[in-house]
Amino acid sequence: MPTTTIAGAEVTVDDEGFMTEYDEWTEEIGAALAANIGIELNESHWKVISFLREDYKAEGETPMLRRVSNVGGVPTKELFQLFPKKPAKKMSYIAGVPKPQGCV
Amino acid sequence: MTFVPDFGDDDGDRKICFIASKGTLDMVYPSLVMANAALGEGIETHIFFTFWGMDIITKKHQEDLQFTWMGNTAMHPPGGSKFHMPQGLAGLPGMTALATRMMKKQIADLDVPDVPEFVQMVADAGGHLWACRMSVDMMGLTKEDMIPEVEDIISATDFIELSDGAQVIFT
Repeated sequence: MPTTTIAGAEVTVDDEGFMTEYDEWTEEIGAALAANIGIELNESHWKVISFLREDYKAEGETPMLRRVSNVGGVPTKELFQLFPKKPAKKMSYIAGVPKPQGCV
Repeated sequence: MTFVPDFGDDDGDRKICFIASKGTLDMVYPSLVMANAALGEGIETHIFFTFWGMDIITKKHQEDLQFTWMGNTAMHPPGGSKFHMPQGLAGLPGMTALATRMMKKQIADLDVPDVPEFVQMVADAGGHLWACRMSVDMMGLTKEDMIPEVEDIISATDFIELSDGAQVIFT
């Protein structure tokens, strides 16, 4: 597994750049990952990212957009505003969890 | 070494238009699932509802789409069986209701949304929903009969214009 340096820490990533080790993530790393893709995180972003990490830990898989919306309580429209164009992939990238695998 | 995934923010010109022409519970899902996936990839996505697909966007029908395997010899009994559901059985009284109940349960077990919720999701994610003028005329519908998320009632020519340069997928 390749490693890279983010926010001064050494982090394990896959070939695309997504983090592979859940426990290596910190908020500083999250902010740096967001900056990498041109997103400045505000409170609404952090709410989504926290939900993603908690749900991944509890369920063992990254929630799909619908779950983030229904269970996480952030409306779909807002998710597209916070993480434009490819919300599911961008959120997972920043939150240090794998890309969601499902179809819906 | 720092590598950042390419989230393709610069290639904004891909466009997909789905045509939804069927109104049975099984056949309305392909366009919804794929439209949702396309929207999740940041692709401009349209769905043109026509003929039996009008039921998907009509308030009084969208919750109650039916399923039957009549005419569909590809349906197998659940559990990976080699057999094909007997056609004769499909036409018996109560079979459509039974088959519909079973299909709805299978869909719910997969945590896939029902049709009204799914259409709402597609609209919320930025999908454009269009109703076919000819179908509207034929079925005597008005915009009030349809869910508010439908942008407009358009003609075949309008659709050909709006799908210029798009991938068009007929379902």
